[in-house]
Amino acid sequence: MVRFILRRLLQVIPVFIGTTLLVYYMVFALPGDPIAALFGDRQPPQAVIDTLRSQYHLDEPFFVQYGLFLKNLFTFNLGNDFTGQPIAASLARVFPVTAMLAVEALAIQAIFGVAFGVFAGLRRGGWFDSTVLVASLVVIAVPTFVLGFVFQLVFGVQLGWAKPTVGANADWGSLLLPAVVLGLVSFAYVLRLTRASVSENMNADYVRTATAKGLSRPRVVLAHILRNSLIPVVTYLGANLGGLMGGAIVTEGIFNVPGVGNKLYQAVLRTEGPTIVSIVSVLVLVFVVSNLLVDLLYAWLDPRIRYDQ
Amino acid sequence: MRFTRTSKALGIVAIAALALTGCGAGGGTTEGSGDATGDPNKVITAYSNEPQNPLLPANTNEVYGGRVVELLFEGLRTYDADGKPVNALAESIDSSDAQNWTIKVKQGQKFTNGEAITAKTFVDSWNFAANSKNLQNNGFFFESIAGYEEVSAVNSEKTADGKTTTTPAPTAETMSGLTATDDSTITVKLNQPEADWSLRLGYSAFFPLPSAALADPKTFGENPVGNGPYKFEKEGAWVHDQSISLVKNADYSGPRESKNGGVTFKFYTDPGPAYTDLQSDNLDITDVLPSNALKTYETDFQDRNATKAVATNSTLNIPPYNPNFQGEAGKLRREALSYAINREEIAKVVFNGTRTPAKAFVPPVIDGFKEGLKGSEILKFDAAKAKDLWEQANKIQPYDDSKPLQIASNTDGGNKEWIDAVANGFKNNLGIQAEIQPFAKFAEVLNLRKSQQLPGLTRAGWQGDYPSLYNFLGPVWGTNASSNYEKYTNPEFDKLLKEGLAATSTEDANAKFNQAQEVLFEDLPGLPLWDQARPIVWSNNVVKAETGWNGSILYYNITAK
Repeated sequence: MVRFILRRLLQVIPVFIGTTLLVYYMVFALPGDPIAALFGDRQPPQAVIDTLRSQYHLDEPFFVQYGLFLKNLFTFNLGNDFTGQPIAASLARVFPVTAMLAVEALAIQAIFGVAFGVFAGLRRGGWFDSTVLVASLVVIAVPTFVLGFVFQLVFGVQLGWAKPTVGANADWGSLLLPAVVLGLVSFAYVLRLTRASVSENMNADYVRTATAKGLSRPRVVLAHILRNSLIPVVTYLGANLGGLMGGAIVTEGIFNVPGVGNKLYQAVLRTEGPTIVSIVSVLVLVFVVSNLLVDLLYAWLDPRIRYDQ
Repeated sequence: MRFTRTSKALGIVAIAALALTGCGAGGGTTEGSGDATGDPNKVITAYSNEPQNPLLPANTNEVYGGRVVELLFEGLRTYDADGKPVNALAESIDSSDAQNWTIKVKQGQKFTNGEAITAKTFVDSWNFAANSKNLQNNGFFFESIAGYEEVSAVNSEKTADGKTTTTPAPTAETMSGLTATDDSTITVKLNQPEADWSLRLGYSAFFPLPSAALADPKTFGENPVGNGPYKFEKEGAWVHDQSISLVKNADYSGPRESKNGGVTFKFYTDPGPAYTDLQSDNLDITDVLPSNALKTYETDFQDRNATKAVATNSTLNIPPYNPNFQGEAGKLRREALSYAINREEIAKVVFNGTRTPAKAFVPPVIDGFKEGLKGSEILKFDAAKAKDLWEQANKIQPYDDSKPLQIASNTDGGNKEWIDAVANGFKNNLGIQAEIQPFAKFAEVLNLRKSQQLPGLTRAGWQGDYPSLYNFLGPVWGTNASSNYEKYTNPEFDKLLKEGLAATSTEDANAKFNQAQEVLFEDLPGLPLWDQARPIVWSNNVVKAETGWNGSILYYNITAK
């Protein structure tokens, strides 16, 4: 078990170097002088531009720039972004907000998705099942930004049940509306996965055995059907966490959430290599850790799975 | 049948979600006592975004930092809503020859930390801003003062690979032309007479700074202490990427006294969510509307919007290095292009009235603006004349149509629509191929403009720093001027500008500047397109709001209920 975890963590190194190198190069290759872009039509004295350029090593060749970035990273000093703010501090500001948003969205899709899915799967073909199937299809078919604008308009502006945007001081309450929007599409997938898995496992031998043993219905459903049905769902949710953290650009934009997505968007607009790659590095870690957790959960869900072989 | 079931099920999901939302998002604003004069203690929330630099006046040259700096500080002068300069900290500003100036500073003025503001404060602040080693973005605003050369000197070095790097190398710490003769008197000697020099004194580069700012500008810029109508709510009132909270400065006594209790700037990366927030009264005022709201804002915010002409204009620049536009034929072609643009219609249809067709190289809101300058008839749409001129030019020198005529622009910010309209005008009226040359980012266009690699037309815009004709001409069209990227040059134009600056009365100066514009109309290095009008909208919490001469909201004048 420990060896398995260690091996997985060692795999992070090549993944990490590969992604950061690639992303850094893509930012490097973007056309346009990022320092000139900071100022627009009103350019400052040349000395200001040149000083900034050498301060951010933009006058160095690509590998020197990348090397300096790695050096900074391993000395835990991410440097400053183009506005002179320390990157580490802005990461520390945006990641908790997006983590809250992602966890909230994940909780919504896990709790409601699994519950609805079990319910639908147990009574396959019933009215609830067919309603939920069509509804989830609709949700999957509608793009996130449409859902976002509709929810914002209906619940934020017209009904006034929630604040239409998040802004400063994000908390669990103010993040709920964007979390619902963010989680809704995956909720539909989780629901469908659970439903399929549950209805398949309902006819399994061990379920018949459990029922024959005289176990209560809730125990059969929860301990036998559900637990065995969760493996695909957990795989999906684990992979989804990373996506929720990094892929919330649209949702964060619509609801003005001061999180990773917004920061990343602005950094891309400003061609801020170090900020972009720092964010990506953290996202890589999130992906790796969440996938590792998923793998470890397998053993708990299905004791037949062993790691050290 | 299926569909009713579906919507019912969707309803269940939505209600489940909302039951949770409802309990989370309560609270919010407390109601103020609403009457016509407004509640003087109410704090306004306003649209903004993260400032790009620490908040130092002489270092702030972008709008989001600029609007905060202008509220935190007060200079010798300030501009009223129409752009007329009025004395603020200055008791009097006098000069008999437009070269030697004597400024009397009001006594007893203080920064909010208690530090007194004297003539020396200004002298120190200006020397700091002009010094090249302090790397202030607006340092060049002091270029007229004698001794600026030494203080702002730089070292240019060629590196091995042929690139030039510029490093600061000041040879003096103070400008020789700037002295504080006593606590209340500043004397300024300029390099040459400049009639409109005193107009600049309201610009943020000239604001006074407390001594803490000069000692450690970066730390100061995070928690600036000023003397303006507002101050930071507390240490750390700037929450990066989120907001800046200002409260009324009770000790302020100047022309811009605040009619509300404070302003909280909320940061938005996109104007869309801000518009939604305004519709639900979660934000009080914005001066940036999403482009899709330009057609609806007047109905969405009935009686809660205002649109005013501002000192910002747009031109379409024609690079002198494009062979098609050189010589006698080139001149005719430039005129033909201008006649082929239907400014009136584009302003109405594409911009929905937020632009007015240009009448000169300077917008009408600037003092000294004159309509009907010689040569300005080319700003009128005239398809027949355009075609005629184009054909005349072809007789002199055939048009090289191997490549379509491209109009370079970044395509964000709603630029594509009007460029398409202009290009279609060229196609239909001149019979040439014309199209947009799209760029994802403004910086790409700027780089190509700087390195003279953009043979097509380029969109250019200018927002006035201070309300003066010169500000729209010198920095943009002067030989080697900072924003003259296409490197237009005409000695006669430069001479007229210089004479205008040297004139001892504003009327004489403006007459020269208008003559200089006639040179531009003769040469047409760029085609004036339109002047901007800035729409603003406000929430139900606001009684009245307006914008100033440059399109910034006059936050101190907002009354709230």
